[in-house]
Amino acid sequence: MSRFISIWFRHLLTDGYALGQPSLKDIPFVMAAPERGRMMIQAANAKAEADGVRAGMVVADARAIFPALHVVDAIEGTENGLLEMLGEWCLRYTPDVAIDAPDGLILNISGCPHLWGGERAYLKDLVLKIRAMGYDARAAIADTIGAAWAIARFGTVTPIINQNCQKEALSPLPPTALRLDQAIADRLHKLGLYTIGSFIDMPRPTLRRRFGQEMIIRIEQALGSLTESLKPIRPVSPYEERLPSMDGIRTAKGIEIAIRKLLQGLCLRLSKEGKGLRAAVLTCYRMDNEVQQVILSTSRPSRDVEHLFKLFELKIPSIRPALGIELFLLEATVTEDLNVTKEMLWSVSRKDETAVAELLDKIAGKIGEDKIHRFLPDERHWPENSYKEAASLEEKPTTAWRTDRLRPVCLLPEPVRIEVSVPIPDYPPLLFRYKNRPYRIVRADGPERIEQEWWLTDGLHRDYYSVEDESGARYWLFRSGHYNDEHSAWYLHGFFA
Amino acid sequence: MQAVKKDSLEMLRKEILDLQGLGIRPDSEQVNVPLGEILENMPGGVFPTGAIHEFLSPTLTSAAAATGFIAAIIHSLMQSGKPCVWISTRRMIFPPAIRVFGIEPDRFIFIDTPREKEAFWAIEEALRCESLCAVIGEIATLDFKESRRLQLAVESSRVTGFINRRFPHRITSTACVARWQVQPVNSKATIGLPGLAFPRWKVELLKIRSGRPASWLLEWSGNAFHTVVNENPQQSMLPNLKTGVA
Repeated sequence: MSRFISIWFRHLLTDGYALGQPSLKDIPFVMAAPERGRMMIQAANAKAEADGVRAGMVVADARAIFPALHVVDAIEGTENGLLEMLGEWCLRYTPDVAIDAPDGLILNISGCPHLWGGERAYLKDLVLKIRAMGYDARAAIADTIGAAWAIARFGTVTPIINQNCQKEALSPLPPTALRLDQAIADRLHKLGLYTIGSFIDMPRPTLRRRFGQEMIIRIEQALGSLTESLKPIRPVSPYEERLPSMDGIRTAKGIEIAIRKLLQGLCLRLSKEGKGLRAAVLTCYRMDNEVQQVILSTSRPSRDVEHLFKLFELKIPSIRPALGIELFLLEATVTEDLNVTKEMLWSVSRKDETAVAELLDKIAGKIGEDKIHRFLPDERHWPENSYKEAASLEEKPTTAWRTDRLRPVCLLPEPVRIEVSVPIPDYPPLLFRYKNRPYRIVRADGPERIEQEWWLTDGLHRDYYSVEDESGARYWLFRSGHYNDEHSAWYLHGFFA
Repeated sequence: MQAVKKDSLEMLRKEILDLQGLGIRPDSEQVNVPLGEILENMPGGVFPTGAIHEFLSPTLTSAAAATGFIAAIIHSLMQSGKPCVWISTRRMIFPPAIRVFGIEPDRFIFIDTPREKEAFWAIEEALRCESLCAVIGEIATLDFKESRRLQLAVESSRVTGFINRRFPHRITSTACVARWQVQPVNSKATIGLPGLAFPRWKVELLKIRSGRPASWLLEWSGNAFHTVVNENPQQSMLPNLKTGVA
């Protein structure tokens, strides 16, 4: 025989909100949302209800009763989030928890209460803990979901209904306790059927004719002759693998075996779910209560045990086992969808692409991800800005690389100031001095003026000259500003091939 | 009799090349690097791919010239569509400029390492990856042991490695298949025209395993190398002997 708990959160929304705003705990407040052009109260806390403010009132009306009422905006859908959170918390009492929208939870507790020493202790523990969290809750245990629901909300005698006693327990309760539509409940009230007991023994065909099939279903669900199914909460379990070891592991070989085992489990799960690992944390719990951590990330999602193992292998020397490691915990902190048909990297085969990505992961693991670059053309004026860092290995250039102008293969990170002798304005220099050595120029091209991007910065333009010295070496020089201007200066910027 | 002798000598030569890791590959793997006359000095008349080429660059300008020369060679290696890795301790390469040599700069992956040791490790790791077409390393030191490691790595993966040694401290013998030095040379413009002409390099093949060291004067024009045969200005006015098409 199944047993169920129904938990009713009387002020779910306001309690949840007050937890984040402790100042609201002791003052009456309501949560309101606009509905047909007026602010309707969606939820009122216990203090506001004591003052006569109810959910479903218009805020203006409520203010007429109670002028100092505090009103906050209700956000749609918060109750579901709160119930999910509470439901996951309740998983400690039973593995079978379902959300009972809009303000309750249903727990299938069959076979669980004896662990707490009986149903009474179980219920007391559950309710007290929820109340301690700050939620005003009522709960009841019964054989059926319907009965538990009714007792939790309308029961006055005892919250625990013994087996097969739901009919007696339900009899004094009002018809709404059967989870009926408001219209049916109103009709029952009109007919003078104020309690469930006054109509529960009536012949079913009569009831069906007058109130419809739904009422019959509700009655049978409450009495237990019709089973009701639950949609249990399944919490998202983290991508996590643990491996305890009886004796502490102290050797690199032992750690290797442990990592490989953990990765096998994790990658199996990832491949079942079509995911790939982007970042992982390996935590090693040592016997002396110290914790060693290794963090790694990959350039693209991966679920290849060998590849991930290689990345960890590089970090094994940084793990200090000391007396021994008793627990390994591997957690995939970031995962991404890894579908087989992903855009190809350039024009290489899938195998090559994976191999390159794995190589880069390995290098990134040792040297650092920020040391790996790929460049795409950028539509900017100045040469040092004319290319930009690609965001990923797959990113394609949006514009073509420019080839109309000759550019030096080597560019100095910063232009170097040089001394020149330029006898004629806007002519290339005859001679320049760089690192205390003179270079006599025999050929030159230019100037090629490259302006500042005025929409970004102010400053001097650059006049570039490509020059060749006596030995045949070619340099890229520029003068910033105009000839003989007081701010103008000459710089060496690059070397041609 | 003579013919038989020649044949058996030819066979023996091939065997030796195979043993040295420079064997003639099947046609699908062969890459046609249009170096013209230079190829005649190479083992078997083919540019050795799957080998380490060492470039000595004592100055920044020769390093730049070597970069250009390497870029021009890589253009034909990159036809396979595989990416290329460029590892350096002090990166000075200006990506948009290598487009001139016919390669897409976005197909390069640049890795900047702070120290030589890490650069060497990265080069070795990259050379082991069969999915790359070439690896270019810009480091200063390379001793025999290190070069041996690199050469062994490429012999199994068939990746071509280029080590451009900027300001080499000590030049010792290495296990690299070829050692080059590229230096810029004064360009010769068509008479009467001002400005820079096509770049010219003096390419010296200082050492080549199973080949003949030599020196050439090369000019890069019209997306191809041209060997400059005669330094006579009248001659250079005429179109140069075209030795290869890129």
